[in-house]
Amino acid sequence: MTRSETPSPLPFRLPAGGLIDRSTEIRFSFDGRSYAGHPGDTLASALLANGVRLVGRSFKYHRPRGLLSAGPEEPNGLVELRAGARREPNTRATVAELYDGLEATSQNRWPSLRFDLMSLNQLAAPILSAGFYYKTFMWPAALWEKLYEPMIRRAAGLGRAAEAPDPDRYEKATAHCDVLVVGGGPAGLAAALAAARTGARVILADEDFRLGGRLLAEAQTIDGRPALEWAALAEAELEAAPEVRIFRRTTVFGAYDHGAYGAVERVNDHVATPPAYEPRQRLWRFVAERCVLAAGAIERPLVFPGNDRPGVMLAGAVRTYAHRYGVAAGREAVVFSTGDDALRTARELAAGGVTVAAWVDARREPPDALREAVQELGAPFYPDGAITAVHGRTSIQAVDIRTPLFQTTLECDLVAMSGGWSPTLHLTSHLGGRPVWDEALGAYRPGAPPPGMSVAGAAAGGMTLRECLATGGRLGLEAARAAGFEGTDAPPPVAWPESAAAATLWRGPTGKGKAFVDFQNDVTDADLELAEREGYRSVEHAKRYTTLGMATDQGKTSGVNAVGILAGLRGQGMAETGTTTFRPPYTPVSFGAMGGHHRGKEFRPTRRTAAHAWAAEQGASFVESGVWLRAEWFTRPGETDWMQSCAREVATVRGAVGICDVSTLGKIDIQGPDAAALLDRLYTGTFSTLPVGRARYGLMLREDGFVFDDGTTARLGAEHYLMTTTTANAGKVMQHIEFALQWLWPELDAQAVSVTEQWAQFAVAGPRSRELLARVVAEDVSNEAVPFMAALPVTLPGGVRGRLFRISFSGELAYEIGAPSSYGEALARALMEAGRDLGVAPYGLEALNVMRIEKGHVAGGELNGQTTARDLGLQKMVSTKKDFIGRVMAQRPALVAPDRPALVGWKSADPSVRVSAGAHFLDVGAAASMENDLGYVTAAAWSAHAGGWIGLGLMKHGPERIGETVRAWDAVRGRDTPVTLCAPCFYDPQGERLRG
Amino acid sequence: MRITCPHCGERGNEEFAYLGDATVRRPDDAGAARPGAPEFERWMDYVYLRDNPAGRHRELWQHVHGCRAWLVVTRDISTHAIFSVEDARAAALARPSLVARDAAS
Repeated sequence: MTRSETPSPLPFRLPAGGLIDRSTEIRFSFDGRSYAGHPGDTLASALLANGVRLVGRSFKYHRPRGLLSAGPEEPNGLVELRAGARREPNTRATVAELYDGLEATSQNRWPSLRFDLMSLNQLAAPILSAGFYYKTFMWPAALWEKLYEPMIRRAAGLGRAAEAPDPDRYEKATAHCDVLVVGGGPAGLAAALAAARTGARVILADEDFRLGGRLLAEAQTIDGRPALEWAALAEAELEAAPEVRIFRRTTVFGAYDHGAYGAVERVNDHVATPPAYEPRQRLWRFVAERCVLAAGAIERPLVFPGNDRPGVMLAGAVRTYAHRYGVAAGREAVVFSTGDDALRTARELAAGGVTVAAWVDARREPPDALREAVQELGAPFYPDGAITAVHGRTSIQAVDIRTPLFQTTLECDLVAMSGGWSPTLHLTSHLGGRPVWDEALGAYRPGAPPPGMSVAGAAAGGMTLRECLATGGRLGLEAARAAGFEGTDAPPPVAWPESAAAATLWRGPTGKGKAFVDFQNDVTDADLELAEREGYRSVEHAKRYTTLGMATDQGKTSGVNAVGILAGLRGQGMAETGTTTFRPPYTPVSFGAMGGHHRGKEFRPTRRTAAHAWAAEQGASFVESGVWLRAEWFTRPGETDWMQSCAREVATVRGAVGICDVSTLGKIDIQGPDAAALLDRLYTGTFSTLPVGRARYGLMLREDGFVFDDGTTARLGAEHYLMTTTTANAGKVMQHIEFALQWLWPELDAQAVSVTEQWAQFAVAGPRSRELLARVVAEDVSNEAVPFMAALPVTLPGGVRGRLFRISFSGELAYEIGAPSSYGEALARALMEAGRDLGVAPYGLEALNVMRIEKGHVAGGELNGQTTARDLGLQKMVSTKKDFIGRVMAQRPALVAPDRPALVGWKSADPSVRVSAGAHFLDVGAAASMENDLGYVTAAAWSAHAGGWIGLGLMKHGPERIGETVRAWDAVRGRDTPVTLCAPCFYDPQGERLRG
Repeated sequence: MRITCPHCGERGNEEFAYLGDATVRRPDDAGAARPGAPEFERWMDYVYLRDNPAGRHRELWQHVHGCRAWLVVTRDISTHAIFSVEDARAAALARPSLVARDAAS
């Protein structure tokens, strides 16, 4: 930043005025060229000050475009802001606060903004009319993907997203208040003051970096002094009030149920790089008892030929640039208006030394006072007139003016147009409220706003400053009262009377050249005509057919004009034609803000088991399993491939003893006199008959009859069970049990609590596991003392109370041993130490998977939510003697149909050919078609024991075809492998080893 | 949305899980409900048939990131206005028994 006594004058900067710091010059670049501006500028005002009129190319026709507005409604002035990883596309230059070093690039032009080859699209305009997506490129269909779509994508478009991860931080936060005031203009300030004076907690949010709204943009007087002085006093009072929070640079973008509002605070968008530990943006949820919407109004463009040429601007924007930023948007201006409001623009221009070349008024009989006021400025006044053509391409040279009496061409470089003002009522319709057409106002007023919201000032259709101050103050006080606070009515501040008289003109006389309705999506009045002609009678259909209002600006400047044009085409009123409704967000919200800090490592919590550090020391590779990190395998020195490590681990378990951390399995402690009855209703099997000190495998169905989950549940006491679930379903099963206890059978006297995180548990598996355990556990662990499926409390080293379960997933003699989580790591180390001379080694998920496939135990691939107990060969586990969840629906004919895919084992005929899960079973010689599909491979593994690739699958009539050869057809990997079907158990089918 | 849990107070809807219709009642005659029997049809309705009234409805929610209580929320589905939030277990205990209901019908 450079401070200079006499900054070099910019070509379109007025000699004085504006809310900019003229003593400080800041530099910024646009399309690589360096320019000067001042603090207080937006990118748009600084570009205009430098005489940059051409800021973008339009979406479809690549027409040269300049700034239309000075606010969030801007359809044309979209740029890529910043560079590299911080590049943000489609940013409205009109709301981008200027900072030193700002970099901006124009969009959608090639090779350059001034010379854009794609503007040839204009020559192809006849085929790019409304609905061209649906009509022009239909045939031949094969060309769509290869030619049409890439071509259209290249030609049409918006900015480019950054290609590297966003280096900035984003936050989410919640704030509560009694009264939320949306908008910091005169109505909003009056509302916030009135509410604050009652002592209510007030949040005042404004999207601008400065409070004041329209008071910043035009010369106004309040209480006999410049309006900005009143605004400054109001701001100071609010700042000093202890229960008031002012959010500047904060857009309230959505109204949600029950007083919740979404807002995005641009904390550091006005600096190149956010300071350390500060976010770029913060997403707020405001929870408000009451809300006063004081969002102002948006001016409507007029629809006439050439109304999109750079230099045709909204009249309100022209005066904003002059008054707030000290920028002349041109040297010679023509005003084209349907109302009196643009008089303030003409005066502001004249005061700044800009020639007002003519006032063209669309009304047949405009007020005499207006005519006199315009003529005082030295401008000719043309009632009942229209602009019928704009000469010039990238800037205006002249305009054609036509009235019933004559026609003329007038040289100028600026058109200030005003088609009236539309209340910014977007938030009132977010919960379904439909705006109501007000013929006298010439605009839609808010319909029924959401509960708790009232609408003040211009947003409610009260366009004058007087109305803004009066309604703001009144509604602010009412809102505070409704939230339980007391205050006294006070007279509103005094403002001068002003005329907001305006007529509506939806469409000027047609002429040569396109007249745009939606600037951002390049929709013209002719497109709407075409849609009408082709039968799109509903506004909603016409919008979708023409894409009007569907660009990033969501039709802020085009929606009402479109309804007006369609009404005219049908010869009916606005109210009969339709309305415009809005959905959140009011303006675009970045994905960064939506995501907050939930990305990368922080996307969700990383959950490590108690023995994680021990596993890492052992060389574990971890993988996300459910919500946990689990060891997949443990790499030993010399091992170069995970399959080597896995095969060694399997050999260790099958030949000696291995240890596997199974703490992530869900553990639910269930107690109470009716615990047994509860389990009988949750599981297909019976648990009330389970003796104390024993465990049993249980299968759970959903009420629709499909398998939900499985696990081993032990009875620790007469009224005490410990259930285990799969890792993936631990949370869902807990919810299921709570539902059963609280809603289905509230009379059951039982309690359930998750103890997954309270207990660490390890599988100790292999022929030498008992030998190992005997060295760790104080109690007798002989086969007689701890038979298969025993469950008992044990004493661990140091006197720690643990639990021992004799259960086996691997098919070997095996146990699971549990300890309170805080002893989990110590227990893992104790087991390893005790088993050193037995050849103990840790094993991971991959080895576990190989061994469960060898044993034919079902897991995630088979418990996929689409299988029944019968499909999985577990029908014998389903009781017919009691009610349990899923019992009735499991009997449905389709669920017991004999041709349902059922569990089967398979073995590859050629050990060198790999088979993967997902491959489809086909008969030998059958074509790969849906009709011939027999089912698919659910699990596959290399088995040293079987000497080849083996696995499980679900196959029609699979169990009846054991011994036959079919094919495993894998289109994804390009394999087609013969496999032999077998029973789904490859290892110790009699179970002698696990009982030994 | 804001839901007032009877145990925890008013909270944002992200703390809650939604299940659905609280007006359906699980039958208790699983033994008799074989395909083809009228009891079976009642089970089919329980599992699959739901009213979708444009207006007031009773729904089951769970304060899953709070006290974990299941709740019966009476809500207007069109406007999202919430009329009452009850503890589901208390509401379930207050239901007439199925035997009594069958006798009455």
